[in-house]
Amino acid sequence: MAKAVRAEPEPELEVPVPVRGPERGPIKLRVNGEKHELWVEPRRTLLDALRDDLGLTGAKKGCDEGTCGTCTVLLDGKPIYACLRLAIECEGHEITTIEGLAQGGELHPVQRAFIEEDALQCGFCTPGQILSVKALLDENPNPTEEDVRRAVSGNLCRCGAYPHIVRAALRAAKGLAERPGR
Amino acid sequence: MAKVVKVQTEFEGRFYEETIVVEGTEVEPWAPEQPLKLVGRPVPRVDGPEKVTGRARFTHDVRLPGMLHGKILRSPHPHARIKRLDTSKAERLPGVRLVLSHQNAPEIPWFRGQTRLFDTTVRYVGDEVACVVADDEETAEEALRLIEVEYEPLPFVVDPERALEPDAPRVHESQPNNLVNGEPEVYERGDVQQGFAEADVVVEGVFRTQTALHNCLETHGSVAHWDGDSLTIWDSTQHVFGVRFQLARALGLPLHKVRVIKRHMGGGFGSKNQAGKYAAIAALAARMTGRPVKIVLDRFEENLATGNRPATIQTLKLGAKRDGTLTAIFHKSILNAGAYAVWAPSASGPTKRLYACPNVRTEDWAVFTNLGPFSAFRAPGYVEGTFALESMMDELAKALGLDPLELRLKNYAEIDPITNKPYTTKGLRQAYERGAQLIGWAERAHTKRARSKGPKRVGFGLASQIWGGSGGPPAYALVKLNPDGTATVVTGTQDIGTGTRTALAQIAAEALSFPLDAVEVELGDTQWGVYAPLSAGSMTLATVGPAVRAAAEDAKKQLLDVAAQLLELPKEGLRVEDGHIATPKGERLPVAEVLRPLGNFQIVGKGARGPNPDDKNVNTFGAQFAQVEVDVETGEVRVEKIVAVHESGRVVNPLTIRSQLYGGVIMGLGYALLERRLDDPRRGLPVTPTLETYKVLTVADVPEIVAEMVDLPDPEANPIGAKGVGEPPIIPTAAAIANAVADALGVRVYELPLSPDRVLAALRGAQAKKDEEEGEEGEAS
Ligand code: FES
Ligand code: FES
Repeated sequence: MAKAVRAEPEPELEVPVPVRGPERGPIKLRVNGEKHELWVEPRRTLLDALRDDLGLTGAKKGCDEGTCGTCTVLLDGKPIYACLRLAIECEGHEITTIEGLAQGGELHPVQRAFIEEDALQCGFCTPGQILSVKALLDENPNPTEEDVRRAVSGNLCRCGAYPHIVRAALRAAKGLAERPGR
Repeated sequence: MAKVVKVQTEFEGRFYEETIVVEGTEVEPWAPEQPLKLVGRPVPRVDGPEKVTGRARFTHDVRLPGMLHGKILRSPHPHARIKRLDTSKAERLPGVRLVLSHQNAPEIPWFRGQTRLFDTTVRYVGDEVACVVADDEETAEEALRLIEVEYEPLPFVVDPERALEPDAPRVHESQPNNLVNGEPEVYERGDVQQGFAEADVVVEGVFRTQTALHNCLETHGSVAHWDGDSLTIWDSTQHVFGVRFQLARALGLPLHKVRVIKRHMGGGFGSKNQAGKYAAIAALAARMTGRPVKIVLDRFEENLATGNRPATIQTLKLGAKRDGTLTAIFHKSILNAGAYAVWAPSASGPTKRLYACPNVRTEDWAVFTNLGPFSAFRAPGYVEGTFALESMMDELAKALGLDPLELRLKNYAEIDPITNKPYTTKGLRQAYERGAQLIGWAERAHTKRARSKGPKRVGFGLASQIWGGSGGPPAYALVKLNPDGTATVVTGTQDIGTGTRTALAQIAAEALSFPLDAVEVELGDTQWGVYAPLSAGSMTLATVGPAVRAAAEDAKKQLLDVAAQLLELPKEGLRVEDGHIATPKGERLPVAEVLRPLGNFQIVGKGARGPNPDDKNVNTFGAQFAQVEVDVETGEVRVEKIVAVHESGRVVNPLTIRSQLYGGVIMGLGYALLERRLDDPRRGLPVTPTLETYKVLTVADVPEIVAEMVDLPDPEANPIGAKGVGEPPIIPTAAAIANAVADALGVRVYELPLSPDRVLAALRGAQAKKDEEEGEEGEAS
């Protein structure tokens, strides 16, 4: 649980930790490079804050308990399950959602590769898959198939797009590597 | 002109007599050798950009101003009467706007009157008791805990064999024997007794299959919104027109006052074939509160109350001549239907139809129990039945000393054994051949020897499949041509993730001779769309595709009429080519330019799905091969490779069809190895209702899969020559794997999933039998 909800400030602290909640209060989030101020209860998950308060519905709620990966977003570039984080925990961090990936109307190479390899069917798991792949490629531009499998193993796909997802990730890696200026 | 006819239709592997309306728009089928520009090409999904950017709007994503959220209170008992229900505390919680229950909701019959929207008797853990509607989900959830219910527990039954005993508790008062429809469904041809008497070899086995859960990643849910006396529902459904029909009836509304929308959905797999109670509850609550209401099930509810692939117990007996010719088949299947059922899948479908055998008797016993009701699940009945039948065929091959493939070819059905009609196309022989080649069937003995080391045993197996997938009338489409040379295809079907939008765009663009990007497909909306049936039974493309093509051909004909008059040229010499009007003089004029004098107007082409041939059977076929490695010390089964070769007529899009093949195989793989709902029989309680406890495959579990189509355009089936492919690839997967495991071990596992404990038990059983036999031999000597 978040440390900020402690009921009483600990005595040795000179400056008391501000008590927040259970009522709604203000929190500040940075999402896709933009600042947002929200007025929510401390129990609000990051996923609900994104979907319901900010209208960023690209991250999906497949389980709300950390077992499916459809809610995957990037926190400081690392993939996390947004349903397992409280929004207040994410203050001061940079959050990237699927809506923040395409730049100036240009799809991100991972997004393009997902279309070209048909790495999706219903598309419900797709935003999460793409963000997991993006995080991998940011860290390891030259992944093996095994690396890809590990990177998306926390993202279920009930439609079974897995073989195409792996191919899309490898295709995107290749495309990124061949990009001028890299 | 519309004609009303009585036909035999096939849906989800079952035959029905139906009265349907057929409006034949005669269109010449595309001939198999006819060169096509867009149909048959690996066109990327037209809604890909929406889906990869998060713009694709699912029912979960619908947010309306002032929207309230509903949460459903569900029964904790497998069978009970509600003695007292007090919602007053919940109603007093700030933020709660309404609590619905049997006390204030209208009595709406559900499951053909087997229960009501809110019944006073609950018949499974998860049955709907009440619904709280509040400002947000958290408040609604809190209020659920404040509802006081006093239940009088009733005797319950969860084991279908127990339910069939005369003194078993009754799930429904009105159904003394607990049988869905009151009796088993029996099919018979020839004389089975005679057939077994003629057999040189008889093999018999009892197979058990588990309850499997759909676990669509988008859980079931609806958003309801009233505008005056008109209701709009966003629903995660495989059938917008069906939900409209069901809700209009439930709420007593005329059809034109109900609009159902489903733009994108996160999986259905059969569980979203019909309207759920949540949709009706949302609609009622929205009317009573005057605000939009959203009800989205959580994962737990999803796995209790939205259906499952029901467990079966199947007894199968095959008789054959020494050369392998089948003389008789008997198949009895007991299916655990759960608490409510308006139909039942039949596990005996493949038994009746896959092989030519003169003497067949099947019995399907669908049994009510106090568990969550089943629903269709990707090839309902056929997955389970094929596991039993194809396992037994391998046992027969073993008993006869025949190659499993040879045995299947020996009993190849050249005509449909039920109807005695020939097939329009049947590419099963090609599928066997190609599959055998891709897996290395002929060299498998060598591979097994070379690859089996220490405790690891390698094995190979195969299984075949037959399915419907013909589609049929009624279905309609419009193609609207705009003066700028673009076109909109409108139909009331839906894309459930299979790529319907893309395939229909290809078909329309092909028929119009327009570029693909000049065509937009609008579906999933009853208000815009013209009628189309549900997306299930692998029938969407073969049903709606021909209607779209007919509408496009009609629009093209009108376009040429108009162009001929505008250009003052004889119509006969004009053609449409890639969005241009081509004249006999070799000119190519853009459609927009030709139509310019007419200003703002539209050409509307209309199309309908014509009838299926009545002198032939339209079916889909496939063969799958598996290579596995089994560890005889741990019992672990590792699938190394699956080869899937299917025939579903013409391939419209090789890229998206491969996705469907992979998807079906992977779902079948999970079913074969891992997936099972566990129930606590003492409490009637499913104990694996989360994705933590109910395992579906991850990317790490997926082996090499080789998936191919036998591309066999089927011009007799319908004018586009395509049949369905959504279900076929899941059908033979578990059977092929089970056969490969039996091949690796020399003993068979008769129960799914093929879990390590069962593998080890089968090995121990075989060892014990061997010891016993050796002991007896010792005594005798
Ligand atoms: S919704 Fe977060 S992991 Fe499923
Ligand atoms: S594409 Fe449907 S769940 Fe992955």
